[in-house]
Amino acid sequence: MTSSANAERGGPIALFITKPKGESMLSDGTAKAQRMAEAVARRSYGKLIAYLALHTRDVTQAEDALSEAFASALADWPLNGCPLNPEAWLMAVARRKAIDAARRRESGEAAGEHLHLLAEELSAMQTAQEDIPDHRLALMLACAHPAIEAGIRSPLILQVVLGLNAARIASAFRTSPAAMSKRLVRAKEKINQSGIPFSIPEREDMPRRLEPVLDAIYAAFSEGWTDPGGTDAARRDLAEEALFLARLLTNLLPREPEPQGLLALMLYAEARRCARRNAEGEYVPLAEQDPSLWNEAMINEAELLLRHASSLGSIGRYQLEGALQSAHVHRCRTGDADWASVVRLYEALWLITGSPVVAVNRALAIAELKGPHLALQAMQEVADDVRLKEYQSYWAARAELLVKAGEYTEAGNAYEIAIGLEPDPAVRRFLQKRQAALRGSPLPSRQP
Amino acid sequence: MQYLLMLYSNETAWPKMTKAEQEQGVAAYQAYTEALKNAGVYKGSNRLRPTAAATTVRLADGKPQELDGPYIDSKEQLGGYYLIEAPDLDAAISWAARCPGASHGTVEVRPIWAM
Repeated sequence: MTSSANAERGGPIALFITKPKGESMLSDGTAKAQRMAEAVARRSYGKLIAYLALHTRDVTQAEDALSEAFASALADWPLNGCPLNPEAWLMAVARRKAIDAARRRESGEAAGEHLHLLAEELSAMQTAQEDIPDHRLALMLACAHPAIEAGIRSPLILQVVLGLNAARIASAFRTSPAAMSKRLVRAKEKINQSGIPFSIPEREDMPRRLEPVLDAIYAAFSEGWTDPGGTDAARRDLAEEALFLARLLTNLLPREPEPQGLLALMLYAEARRCARRNAEGEYVPLAEQDPSLWNEAMINEAELLLRHASSLGSIGRYQLEGALQSAHVHRCRTGDADWASVVRLYEALWLITGSPVVAVNRALAIAELKGPHLALQAMQEVADDVRLKEYQSYWAARAELLVKAGEYTEAGNAYEIAIGLEPDPAVRRFLQKRQAALRGSPLPSRQP
Repeated sequence: MQYLLMLYSNETAWPKMTKAEQEQGVAAYQAYTEALKNAGVYKGSNRLRPTAAATTVRLADGKPQELDGPYIDSKEQLGGYYLIEAPDLDAAISWAARCPGASHGTVEVRPIWAM
């Protein structure tokens, strides 16, 4: 990751640097300081926040202190040269800023206790200055704690662990910056005031506690994924940030299979990013994609991750979803389909998640294996689920199955609803073409 | 940190229980209280009389205005509380989960505002 790429991404450092119009205007020292600050922010932002907030559980205070420390760095480093250990430098300054802030803010006994705590940590830190311990896992677990509102966990992790600012997160999640800010502030207050711990759960508790963290990372990825044209920079970057977080988790927890399953799942999807649109910008469904456009290296990495995850001996949602991706990739590349396995994987996933979306995909796989009538029957099991009423893919899938079953009138109606629900114009045009093709079909047939 | 565990349940269920069931219920709470004390977590607790005994008071134009009944009329009512000392929310939640009130009602966990 180059530092210039990071600056464009508007990472944490974008908070402090007003991007200069001409780089040449800057002195060498200033440019070097900026590059180093950006690199540290990219590498260690969450690490510094986690360490600063570990005992106080005050994420907001840690963010403020670190932001002041970065500002000091940009003033100091061009004059005095970049420190050998910039993380330790930033940590020491941030600590002092935190103590100053606590002094200003508090008085009486509470302040005494707080300051004592901070001072103790400062001295502990100075003795261990070489290596800042990595508490990012504890920080992520706190951000995705079950007591935190589910919808804010993903934005919270993006902000606190990666340093993305509220405005960028808001634009990626399509809400107003003010509303996003407010919810982020409230979540951080909840962590602080309700005493959500920054700790690592026992081994047997880990899968349960990890689940909301994985879900939050996947939610960030999905937001990024829904920008197929790649025109919305904030959302495209979100997919990259999610990959960074998943990679971080696999490094922090090498013995847990689900983070590897999640990383594999996201790599399979990311590998196909460019193949989702043709040269004219039209939507290309998976089965019609050109596999030579897929990113080979990402797919290979995903395959390795899945194999390694399965050797760790406990199956889970993300490994199953990864395995399904693997099966789709294999089929598209070789034309060699194993629909029985795919149906089994969807069955397992359905048992774990009970998600109607899974049931819809399972029905599509059943259609390949046993024909459209049995598939439509399988779909009927979840047809009453209110969540499906607004789910475009359900109506599109239903339409496809009805076409195969020869129920053209009903298929046309299902397409109509799918088109009405789809926000992406390219996908809408694709569905409209399918619908229009029906009119050229043989006369609507009745059930044989 | 200190946490208040507020026990909400449907108070009409209690009088419908048989004597044996009521005794069993009381025994479960006693055992829970004992476990809290044993772990050094217990700070205090009380059982509240039903909301029929509640009076709501507010000052209107400087004069206290009393109203018969609870502040909030809901399906489940505040029936008691435990005040506990716990290192963090996870510890408080695991104590709340053990409370008999969590199985026949709902337990709200609220951190105490340290002054």
